[in-house]
Amino acid sequence: MGLRTLCLAWRELNEIEYQDWSLMFKEANSTLVDREWRVAEVCQRLEHDLEILGVAAIEDRLQDGVPETIETLRKAGINFWMLTGDKQNTAIQIALSCNFVSPEPKGQLLLVNGKTEDDVCRNLERVLLTMRITKSEPKDVAFVIDGWALEIALKYYRKAFTELAILSRTAICCRVTPSQKAQLVELLKSCDYRTLAIGDGGNDVRMIQQADIGVGISGREGLQAARAADYSIGKFRFLKRLILVHGRYSYNRTAFLSQYSFYKSLLICFIQIFFSFVSGVSGTSLFNSVSLMAYNVFYTSIPVLVSVLDKDLSEKTVMQHPQILYYCQAGRLLNPTTFAGWFGRALFHAIVVFVITIHSYAFEKSELEEVSMVALSGCVWLQVFVVTLETNSFTKLQHLAIWGNLVVFYMINWIVSALPRSGMYTIMFRLCRQPSYWNTMFLIVAAGMGPVLALKYFRYTYRSSKINILQQAERLGGPILSLGNIEPQTRALDNDLAPLSISQSKNGRNSVFEPLLSDSPNAVRRSFGPGATFDFFQSQPKSSTYSRNKDN
Amino acid sequence: MEQKNKNSKKPSYSRFSQQELPAWKPILTPGWVIASFLTIGALFIPIGLVALSASDTVVEIIDRYDEDCVPDAYSKNPESFIQDPDIKKTCVRSLRVPKKMVAPIFVYYQLENFYQNHRRFVKSRSDKQLRDPEAKNDTYNCFPEARTADNKPIVPCGLIAWSLFNDTYKLSTRGKPITIDKKGIAWKSDTKVKFGSNVYPKDFQKGGLIGGAKLDEKVPLSEQEDLIVWMRTAALPNFRKLYGKIDIDLEAHETVKAEVENNYNTYKFGGRKKLVLSTTTWIGGKNDFLGVAYITVGGLCLFMAINFILLYVFRPRRLGDPSYLSWNRLPIA
Repeated sequence: MGLRTLCLAWRELNEIEYQDWSLMFKEANSTLVDREWRVAEVCQRLEHDLEILGVAAIEDRLQDGVPETIETLRKAGINFWMLTGDKQNTAIQIALSCNFVSPEPKGQLLLVNGKTEDDVCRNLERVLLTMRITKSEPKDVAFVIDGWALEIALKYYRKAFTELAILSRTAICCRVTPSQKAQLVELLKSCDYRTLAIGDGGNDVRMIQQADIGVGISGREGLQAARAADYSIGKFRFLKRLILVHGRYSYNRTAFLSQYSFYKSLLICFIQIFFSFVSGVSGTSLFNSVSLMAYNVFYTSIPVLVSVLDKDLSEKTVMQHPQILYYCQAGRLLNPTTFAGWFGRALFHAIVVFVITIHSYAFEKSELEEVSMVALSGCVWLQVFVVTLETNSFTKLQHLAIWGNLVVFYMINWIVSALPRSGMYTIMFRLCRQPSYWNTMFLIVAAGMGPVLALKYFRYTYRSSKINILQQAERLGGPILSLGNIEPQTRALDNDLAPLSISQSKNGRNSVFEPLLSDSPNAVRRSFGPGATFDFFQSQPKSSTYSRNKDN
Repeated sequence: MEQKNKNSKKPSYSRFSQQELPAWKPILTPGWVIASFLTIGALFIPIGLVALSASDTVVEIIDRYDEDCVPDAYSKNPESFIQDPDIKKTCVRSLRVPKKMVAPIFVYYQLENFYQNHRRFVKSRSDKQLRDPEAKNDTYNCFPEARTADNKPIVPCGLIAWSLFNDTYKLSTRGKPITIDKKGIAWKSDTKVKFGSNVYPKDFQKGGLIGGAKLDEKVPLSEQEDLIVWMRTAALPNFRKLYGKIDIDLEAHETVKAEVENNYNTYKFGGRKKLVLSTTTWIGGKNDFLGVAYITVGGLCLFMAINFILLYVFRPRRLGDPSYLSWNRLPIA
């Protein structure tokens, strides 16, 4: 039945026996070698001739929302393993009840048991064979292994076990000790998987720290796991939002931020290199030191800070299409190709700014401070438009940051131009009065952004990436149907939960409000489609599981 | 999560911290993109034509004189000609006015292959010294033109001042000399602030190597406009600097006689010297680049717009079509 059983028994101890035993216990407790073993041995000496009082059985209720979370994240390409200290029966029952594995005949559980090395070896080979054969069939195979066999497998048959690990998408490991949990995580990390460990008890701490991402559930079993983790959430079902919503946004924003920072520095560097060709390769810096320092600090950092609010797809779309996570897993937004794209863009923009500046400010207009300021203005104007083109959603703050940045640029330069002692005295005032300065600016922006815009539009319309398609579908309104996801629901789901795959996106053209915290009443209900009801019983959190993403 | 009150651990709610700020989410639809390309094309081509026509109205006379102003005897060794103080360096040039030039006409000297933007040249000056008579010892950056042989500070110090251009021009037409106004050629801000009105040149150009012009020690620096113009370092190796202004009109097909004192030694490094007379318009002197660039960019934008229109008409692709999603195309895995 899968209940957690506790057996109660008693015996009377007399004083002398206790004193003797106490000494041995103290000694065992303070040995330096094999402490666990010695303590267990001493305790065993005491535990004999007990009279049974009774048995207590505890039903370990799952938290609500667990099956849906697992299913959604599976669709996103994340594989799940369950690592628990419970015994095999309990673990299998729990797995069946939360759709971790499908019951027969659709799913198949392969047991790897055994107390001796040969046993384990035979079992392992048998399971491996089955796995290899059934890989092509659309069957849900999972293997089950218990702590003892795991110990032997990890020590003697590591290679075979690793192969088994790579082949299986689901696994249940029972009676594992905390250190074994950590060892399993390490094994998967060594196979180049990105691992996430989620747990709620003190016995999960080692696994959480070993994994690439550690998530702790702060709750009934205390705050130990939460404290040791990278991320701490309140309930298991929040994992879905953590990965799909927050994790994905974080990836997008990090990719943009890092590549953009390289781009804006490369732009200045390339211009300096080009200038050195016309200054006798002597190392003259086209830009004065005030401008260079202010460029990175004042002129180009604010819009980027605000990019933390950027959202390319709304949460609703992502929850409906978890497969979009494959895109992130493949590293489509931050890889050598995209970096080369930004590098090329920096080079192209540097050429545009440099060539236009030195040709329109030639001969009698050629003065070092003025040319320097024109080039710098050109760079800053280009930045503004580059950030605009790369931003997906414009809140008021972003407008303020992007256009305000331009205003700040001019104000800072006007202030510096008003200081008689600075090398830039009156330069900005002179420039702003010249029509050719503004002509040059518009030319730089048009020549620099035109090809970028054309290329982006072409890619967006004719070679759309998945994110682009979903974006377009979302913004232009209308239903987003995913036809390929209809699976017959043979599992026993709570109540009438509509399948996640087909849903009408009810947003009109103004889908703007996007609550992030799950506690707000709208978010949870939306993710599950129409007609979902919830069980609000307080259940114990499930034992530790961990999931892995495969690098496509 | 910290406890905010006894009952709830919920953090305080604000639109900003929960990222629920209303947002405008634009996407690149064909309509917008094609319209913006068309607009830019439609705006830029007229601007380019206007700029080009303005540049066309500028009349410019350029005369290169450094090769012709060396007498034949010294044509193989022009340096010794320049460096010899006893030979007369006057040279008469004849300039033809192609179209009517309306006053004011600006007289420039144009130098080519002269790297005023070389790092060691650019830093060889002392702005403090130029402003303040008390700071005459601030010659730190000016090496090698910082102090005289007996350790007295040179005012103004540095290579920029030392290499001051010293060719002079006298223009005359139809037998009558033309006055060249040499006042007001430097930036106002320089004459008022950067160059002090009580700083006088001292021990200037007294060393063994003469780099350029000598300065009148009785005239304060704020009035030495040639020096001020020269010390505004140019950004490129080919540049023009203002020599003076002419306030009369020059008729078409006139011949202007220019008497040039060919003093400046550009022969050592292969530099070129040119005398330039030019009118100006609202965009400055003769510069076709802006006009041509605007027309080119405008034309390219129109070309792209037309391309996109054709693509849209002949190969339409419905935006946001979920059948393009890869997981909708592949069979269930």
